[in-house]
Amino acid sequence: MRALTWHGKHDVRVDSVPDPEIINPRDAIIRITSTAICGSDLHLYDGYIPSMKAGDILGHEFMGEVVETGAGSTLKKGMRVVVPFTISCGSCFHCSKHQYSACDNELPADNQDIAQPIYGQPMAGLFGYSHMTGGYAGGQAEYVRVPFSDVGPIVIPDGVDDDKVLFLSDILPTGWMAAENAQIEPGDTVAVWGCGPVGLFAVQSAFLMGAERVIAIDHFPHRLELAARFGAETINYEQTKTYDALMEMTGGIGPDACIDAVGLEAHGFFADNVWDQIKVSTFLGTDRAHSIRQAIVACRKGGRISMPAVYGGFVDKFPLGALMEKGLTLKTGQTHVQHYLPALLNAVMEDKIDTTFLISHRMPLEDAAEGYRLFHDHQNEVTKVVLKPGMDRSPNEESRHGIQ
Amino acid sequence: MGDTQTSQRSDDAPLSTSKDDRREQVRAALVDPKGDTLVGKTVTINRPRAELYAFWRDFTNLPQFMENVVSVEPVGEGRTHWTVKAPAGKTVEWTSAVTEDQPDQSIAWASEEGADVANSGRVEFRDAPGGRGTWVSVTILYDPPGGVIGKVIAKMFQREPAIQARRDLRRFKQLMETGEIATSAFTRQQHEEEM
Repeated sequence: MRALTWHGKHDVRVDSVPDPEIINPRDAIIRITSTAICGSDLHLYDGYIPSMKAGDILGHEFMGEVVETGAGSTLKKGMRVVVPFTISCGSCFHCSKHQYSACDNELPADNQDIAQPIYGQPMAGLFGYSHMTGGYAGGQAEYVRVPFSDVGPIVIPDGVDDDKVLFLSDILPTGWMAAENAQIEPGDTVAVWGCGPVGLFAVQSAFLMGAERVIAIDHFPHRLELAARFGAETINYEQTKTYDALMEMTGGIGPDACIDAVGLEAHGFFADNVWDQIKVSTFLGTDRAHSIRQAIVACRKGGRISMPAVYGGFVDKFPLGALMEKGLTLKTGQTHVQHYLPALLNAVMEDKIDTTFLISHRMPLEDAAEGYRLFHDHQNEVTKVVLKPGMDRSPNEESRHGIQ
Repeated sequence: MGDTQTSQRSDDAPLSTSKDDRREQVRAALVDPKGDTLVGKTVTINRPRAELYAFWRDFTNLPQFMENVVSVEPVGEGRTHWTVKAPAGKTVEWTSAVTEDQPDQSIAWASEEGADVANSGRVEFRDAPGGRGTWVSVTILYDPPGGVIGKVIAKMFQREPAIQARRDLRRFKQLMETGEIATSAFTRQQHEEEM
């Protein structure tokens, strides 16, 4: 089959690789019909995530049709399913508490050694996201092997378009959990750093949870426009002093809840960011953390910080004093996708949440490498690239993207 | 875990986590101690104690999750013959006898005379607090082949018992909780090569 494979920094290619096969009883094989490039795939593309190997198949946002099942799978051939990016067994202590992304069992025993020294316990298993998270082949491919297929995938009713439900795999539940972790109360003002897909879903979710105002922060005008379309007020940090603006826009109190949807590759020319960048490039530190620092400092006393953003390692100059002295609550984590799927599928079906607005580019899988380049280089215009393995690769199709 | 408290100890932590050498105390707690290098590890498994004990007590089950154990064959009178992978494509063998058997609680074993790697150990099954299933604790004493140098070489080939015990216990947990052992293999051929 054909699949998008990683070969190094800014080097991804569509290669021919062996088809996946059923190995364990609870496995299923899915023929991919739609798969998206995630903002966190750019962390791999930029070479920020350790324990990658040449030839690894990327992709953790995907859906498709069941073509083969193991004896222990509850899926049936022909079913259309969206697959969560987190792999969870459904039977360990953590899964029983619906902390699916903390599952004990989906990481091969040897891979568990990679993260334990850094994090204290082994990490969750994810599709297509380095060997620290299991080394599982991802879904930017024609087919994928899905372990524990009786627990993860959600069956999509006939007649519902792929584009409408694809984001149930990651970014919609991630944006929703980000808002939930912000413990929003009626009347709240919520500030969201980063208007990528997760930030934009967090904006929509925050309003659904009763926020009175949402303030969205980014520097890409198009992304701020999208946030405004959902009712958010906006701050462009290239034109505006973010902290000063947040204080003025909240009568000197600060936002009740702050959501950092930016993470380890924060853009922007700030003193701490430049220092972080020097350290990252010299291996003295691993993460650039401007957005979370600013969120903590701006947040009102006794407020809540939610951090869906991905961080991998260590930061310094972390405002621990502000966190303590102001009595803030900080909640974070990889998304417990399986926990949110049934309710969010309903919300999408009932049009309470808009998902398709996000897709700016649809391309054949064969053009995936170009999709990465576009997404990486044109983040203002390219909000989401969806790859369709079955799609025709005609010259007309390519010119349709606008940005080349 | 054979954690006999002595007057020198002032906390409740297992002996295997001590900063000092506690091998003698571990040896003293085993019926027939063999070997000098200590491995101790505990894992929580979300299954009843009796089920885990029963699975382990049938030693022929162990190769299912013990990656380096090629085979365990009963040789009569509760004894078993073990064939285990060693570095550089070699195998080592020994015959083991059960030295202690408390149903649903613990099993201890020791190798007999003539073992390629003298070893002994105990697995203990305790109810985990809060209804979280069972704590499975394994203590192993062994003499590394070739002494300290052999241990370093084994570690290079990832066949060092401390690494192996840690990974085997994770696989035991996976098998008991999910009915299968997690793998990221893509094809069946790849999966066989990893075994």
